[in-house]
Amino acid sequence: MTSATANRPVRRRRGGIRRGQAAAGWLFTAPAFLLLAVFLVIPIVMAFWVSVSDWGGRGSPFSADVGFVGGRNYAAITSGGGLAEQDFGTALRNNLWYVLLVVPLQTALALLLAVLVNNRVLKGRGFFRTAFYFPSVTSSVAITVLWFFLFNPTGAVNRLLSFLGIDGPNWPADATGVLHGALAAIGVRNGPALLTEHTALGISWWEWLAGPSVGMLILISMAVFTTSGTFMLLFIAALQNLSDEVEEAAMVDGASPWQRFRMITLPQLRPTLFTVLTLGLIGTWQVFDQVFTGSQGDPQKTTLTPAYLSYTAGFQNQAWGQAAAIAFILFAIIVAFTILQRIVLRDRRVGAGRMRRYGFTLDGRLTAARTAAAVRDDGAGGAR
Amino acid sequence: MTAATTDTAGPVARRVPGPRRRLRLGASALYLVLAFIAIVYVFPFLVELATSFKTDADAAADPLALIPPSWSTLAYRQLFLNSDFPLWFANSAIVTVSVTIGRTLFDSAAGYALARLRFRGRGVLFAALVAIMAVPGVVLLIPKFLVINQLGMFDSYSGMIVPLVADAAGVFIMKNFFESIPVAVEEAARLDGASTLRLFWSVILPMARPALITIVILSFQGSWNELSHFIVSTSSPQLNTLTKGVAGLSAGGLGKSTMYPLKLAAAAIMTVPVAVLFIAFQRRITNAASGAVKE
Repeated sequence: MTSATANRPVRRRRGGIRRGQAAAGWLFTAPAFLLLAVFLVIPIVMAFWVSVSDWGGRGSPFSADVGFVGGRNYAAITSGGGLAEQDFGTALRNNLWYVLLVVPLQTALALLLAVLVNNRVLKGRGFFRTAFYFPSVTSSVAITVLWFFLFNPTGAVNRLLSFLGIDGPNWPADATGVLHGALAAIGVRNGPALLTEHTALGISWWEWLAGPSVGMLILISMAVFTTSGTFMLLFIAALQNLSDEVEEAAMVDGASPWQRFRMITLPQLRPTLFTVLTLGLIGTWQVFDQVFTGSQGDPQKTTLTPAYLSYTAGFQNQAWGQAAAIAFILFAIIVAFTILQRIVLRDRRVGAGRMRRYGFTLDGRLTAARTAAAVRDDGAGGAR
Repeated sequence: MTAATTDTAGPVARRVPGPRRRLRLGASALYLVLAFIAIVYVFPFLVELATSFKTDADAAADPLALIPPSWSTLAYRQLFLNSDFPLWFANSAIVTVSVTIGRTLFDSAAGYALARLRFRGRGVLFAALVAIMAVPGVVLLIPKFLVINQLGMFDSYSGMIVPLVADAAGVFIMKNFFESIPVAVEEAARLDGASTLRLFWSVILPMARPALITIVILSFQGSWNELSHFIVSTSSPQLNTLTKGVAGLSAGGLGKSTMYPLKLAAAAIMTVPVAVLFIAFQRRITNAASGAVKE
């Protein structure tokens, strides 16, 4: 009541108060937006110029002796049969397998953890939540050091496997693709001519289908370990916002726990699932820290990723144009995958339109932004 | 006994007495599964800690032992007395503190302006903010180097700190927060004739504490754990941060070289500050990060 009456004079006087607001508005936003412009917008423009120029790393890319070369840098990494094309193809192949394995695994594990931890009869939820989330806050460098120790040939993982009577591989040095390895186990060592004779991006189809190398499995398991906690929190938040009524009604109707999860909980989680998959896709295409710290592309380039290749192309080979071109293609890939996933999920959404009725909170938006921030900050294997 | 359990059981369970036993069995199974997963999640860190106190030989001979066969603090002595590790730690601290202060100030000011102040261009700024947030960080690796180099900031503290202060997501978070709190207090202060700057400093910021803590946590964790930016913005060893220095320890491939106790000790120490932050704000992190306020 009081505030309502107090509001009226405020309104009337606003003209006077507002006058200073334009200046204050610009003053307040200037520092943050200047920084964003200088270190995020200008770099993109500059890198685009470098990607179509022959700049060699010396002096300014805008100086007179730097020439425009059109799409030559893009062509060098996507055609022409050179080493650059082969490396780029290999990096894409590696990262594609990484994405195909990490995204489903991290999403499923995060959902499983969330459902388990969110159980009402559970005591000590805080402890479990903390245990599962902790790997997500540690630095990618520290985790990588630890992970390569666990997976060294005489390390903890192989020791545990030996208890089960399994002779573990030399993880960090084994370049065999797991699918090739599985085929070799049943006696198939060479692919059919159809697959070995055709190539894409300098790599034969047979090589594209090799699967992730044993060495890459180290990075894949690490990504699942470090990201599942973050995504678990997103799922927990979504689960806590669901109303109990529908679930209880289904319970009375005699639906089994699995039926309740499958038919009632899961459809309502779709928006969160969407967020998690999107963040997962964005994160997994950006693996850099782990490769830089742990494998440097070894064994035999099977852990090379586009992000790491872009770095080595620029900083080690001084091929700045190609390095920038790789960055832009990577950007395009991430956008394309996000759109593709959006289309795939939207189609199925029509049937589940009624879930809108349950009124999902807008908290999700803020959470997504926060997680996106975390993803960007460490660009870690699959969005920590 | 039976009466007590009936009391605590929910109305549904009371109506159907059979499932209650199944419920208890289910609960035990749940604890078993969770305990197993928790061990899988915690065990690597225990191994890390244990190995850092082992000798090189023990680390190789018995990688699973959680209690070192013979205790050795050699790794820690080497790190602190015979290496650049203290320097790396100091550099990480300098960068982290500066970035966190910068982000907190700039994010909250910009977020407040976008949420509350009416000025021409506000809509454009917000649209730009959302667009910038969509650019994946790793794509900017080479581009950032180009600009830092062009500005003459390469291989300096300013080149390490200033670009990291740019933080679109933080501005977004602060804007959302300011939109969620009532305007009444500000309006009252405004009526009292406070200038916008003064209002912001002495009324708005204190009210924004929960969101500011979020920004502090994100900035601290983000810049302490940052690696790629320091790779492209520095080259001299004097400017190595913990992440860059420890990653460099493994030059030649972690899988090939040994010195595991040393590396794991370094990894353990660099985890401590974020772990402390995490424990201090644990409730806020696990709840706020999930946007949940129910508990």
